[in-house]
Amino acid sequence: MTNVVVLIEAVDGLLTKPSRELLTIARRHGSPVAVCVGDAADAAAHGADVCAVVSPADVVEPVASLVDALATVCAQYSPTLVLVTSTIEGKEIAGRLAVRIDGGVITDAVDVREGLEVVQPIFGGAVTLSAHAIGCAVVAVRPGSIEPVAAQGAGSVVAVTIPEPTRRRASVVSSVAGAGSARPDLAAADVVVSGGRGVGEHGFALVEQLADALGGAVGASRAATDAGWIDHKFQVGQTGTTVSPQLYVALGISGAIQHRAGMQTSKTIVVINKDRSAPLFDLADFGIVGDVASIVPAIVAEIGKRRA
Amino acid sequence: MRILVCVKQVPDSWSERQLTDGFTLDRDAADKVINDLDTYAVEAALQLQEVHGGETLAISVGPVDAEDAIRKALQMGVDEGILVTDPALAGSDAMATSLALAAAIQKAAVDVVIMGIESTDAKMSVVPAMVAERLGWPMLTLAQALTIDGSTATVHRQTSVGHDVVTASLPAVVSVVEKFNEPRYPSFKGITAAKKKTVEHWGIGDIGLDASQVGVAGSRTKVAAAVPRPAKQAGLIVEDDGTAVAALVDFLVERRLV
Ligand SMILES: Cc1cc2nc3c(=O)[nH]c(=O)nc-3n(C[C@H](O)[C@H](O)[C@H](O)COP(=O)(O)OP(=O)(O)OC[C@H]3O[C@@H](n4cnc5c(N)ncnc54)[C@H](O)[C@@H]3O)c2cc1C
Ligand SMILES: Nc1ncnc2c1ncn2[C@@H]1O[C@H](COP(=O)(O)O)[C@@H](O)[C@H]1O
Repeated sequence: MTNVVVLIEAVDGLLTKPSRELLTIARRHGSPVAVCVGDAADAAAHGADVCAVVSPADVVEPVASLVDALATVCAQYSPTLVLVTSTIEGKEIAGRLAVRIDGGVITDAVDVREGLEVVQPIFGGAVTLSAHAIGCAVVAVRPGSIEPVAAQGAGSVVAVTIPEPTRRRASVVSSVAGAGSARPDLAAADVVVSGGRGVGEHGFALVEQLADALGGAVGASRAATDAGWIDHKFQVGQTGTTVSPQLYVALGISGAIQHRAGMQTSKTIVVINKDRSAPLFDLADFGIVGDVASIVPAIVAEIGKRRA
Repeated sequence: MRILVCVKQVPDSWSERQLTDGFTLDRDAADKVINDLDTYAVEAALQLQEVHGGETLAISVGPVDAEDAIRKALQMGVDEGILVTDPALAGSDAMATSLALAAAIQKAAVDVVIMGIESTDAKMSVVPAMVAERLGWPMLTLAQALTIDGSTATVHRQTSVGHDVVTASLPAVVSVVEKFNEPRYPSFKGITAAKKKTVEHWGIGDIGLDASQVGVAGSRTKVAAAVPRPAKQAGLIVEDDGTAVAALVDFLVERRLV
C-alpha cells in the first residue's frame, strides 16, 4: 500500500475538522502518515496509521520548520500524495515542500479522486480543473470540501527529528493574539454570515446575532473591514479568507468580483440586499430584497420560534 | 540597495477568461493587464527606494507581450526592466516559473525581492515561497508594512489569530498584501520617462537553464480536463413582503441548515 503524508493540526490534543477531512481523503489513496506538532490523541480514530509527532520546541519558524519536518517524513515514507490544508500558511508549506521533493503542487483543491486526480475550481469557481502531478502530488485542500468520516487506523507513534537548519530563516520577534472567540474558525466553519457596507456602522451586532443563531462564523466584505467595523482578519474574498461552507449568508454585500472569489463555492448561498440589481443575487439560492435592519432580527426570532 | 519587484501579466479579471484546448490560459481571449496585486509590490519597492536610494528593477517571466506589465511598473517609477521570455517557457507551472524567476533573480544580484501575494489568474499564492525556497533566502510573507535597517528587513503582518512582527537578514523575499499601501498612478512625466527606460530580454540560456527544466517539460503538474461549472439553477429571489422570512427559514430547514 502506498503512503499518504498528511499535515494535521490539533487543538487541545484533538484534531481540527479540516485535519479530519484530510485524513478522510488520505485513506482513500493509501496508508495515512499524520504529521502533527504535539499530540493528536484522536488521529488514529480518524484513520492515521502512523502519527509522526514533531516536538513543539523544534518548531522555530512556523512554516519553514514544518517544511523541514514534512521533508524528513517524506524521505522516510516515500509518499505518492501529501495533503495540507489550503490556508495561507498551508499553501506556503505546499509550495516549499514541492520544491524540496521535486513534486507537483496544487492549491485550493476540493477533492482528490481515484488515480490521484486533483479537483480544483478556478476563475472563482466558473471552471473546474482536474489535474495530475508528475512525481509526488503536494495538494492543499480547502477546508469544508468533504465530510470527514471516522475510521480506525493503526496509530503507531513515531517522533520526527528535524535536521538542524543550514539556511538563513525569518524569525518572529513578536506575536500578538487577538481576543479569542467562541465562534468557529472562519475558514473551516460550516456556516458563515458576512456583513458588508449595507449593514452600516452599528449593524454588525446583527451579523453576529444571526451567526450565533446559526452556529456560524462571522465574515465581512472589504468595505466593512476598511470602515473599521470589524477586524481585517474577518475579510472574505480574493485578498481575505476563501470560504466554502454549507451555508453562506451575505448581508448588505453587493458582490464585487473580489468578494465572490472568496465565497463562490459555498454550497448554499443566501443574499439579503435592498437593491434587486446587486450582482450577488446571481449566485443566491435564496434571496430577499429588503432592509437588513428589519429582516435580520426577524430571521433570528423565527429561528428561535422553530427551536422552541 | 538593489530592489527587485516581480510582476506578472494576467488577463483582466473583469473580462471573460478562457482556457485553450491544451488547458492553458487563453492569453488572446482577454485583455491583458499587470496583476493588480503586483502594483502594491511595485509601490512598496518605490517607497523603499525613496528611503534607501539605490536602483529598482521589475522582472517578469512570460511571453513577449508581458513587457507591457513591466512598462506599467516603469511608468510608476521603477528604473529598469527584465523580461525572461523564451518559447521553451510556454506552459510553465509554478515549479517551472519559480525556477526561472529564481535563476533570473540570482543573475540580477539584488538585495531584496518584493512580490505580490497572488496572481489573479493562477491564484496559487505559492510562487513567492517557492522562489525563496529555491534561492535559499528567508521569506517574509504577507507584509502590511516593511522597513529595512542595515541588513535586516522587518515586516508587520496580520495572521488568522492576531498580528506578527517578523524579521530576516538580507537578501530576502517579501510578499506584500494589498493593505500595504495605495499604488501610485503613473504621472505624465513618469509615462514619458518610461519610454526611455530599457527592458532587457533574457532567454533561458541567459539564466543558465535549458529547455528540459522549464515549460511543459519542467512542470510537475498536468491538467487532464477543464469543465465549466454547470449553470447554477436560478435561485428564488423574493421581496420582503412579510412572508419572506418564514419562507427563508423553511428553505433552511428543508436543507437541514437550521
Ligand atoms: C485589489 C483588491 C482586492 C480586494 N479584495 C477584496 C476581498 O478580498 N474581499 C472583498 O469583500 N472585497 C475586496 N475588494 C473590494 C471590492 O472590490 C468591493 O469594493 C467590496 O467587496 C464591496 O463591499 P460591499 O459589497 O460590502 O460594499 P458595496 O459594494 O458598497 O455594497 C453594499 C451593498 O449593501 C446594500 N445595502 C445598503 N444598505 C442596505 C440595507 N439597509 N439593507 C440591505 N442592503 C443594503 C447595497 O444595495 C449594496 O449592494 C478588493 C478590491 C481590490 C481593488
Ligand atoms: N510569471 C511571473 N513573472 C513574474 N512574477 C510572477 C510570475 N508568476 C508569479 N509571480 C509573482 O508571484 C506572486 C504570486 O503568484 P501566484 O503564486 O501565481 O499566485 C505574484 O503576485 C507575482 O509577484
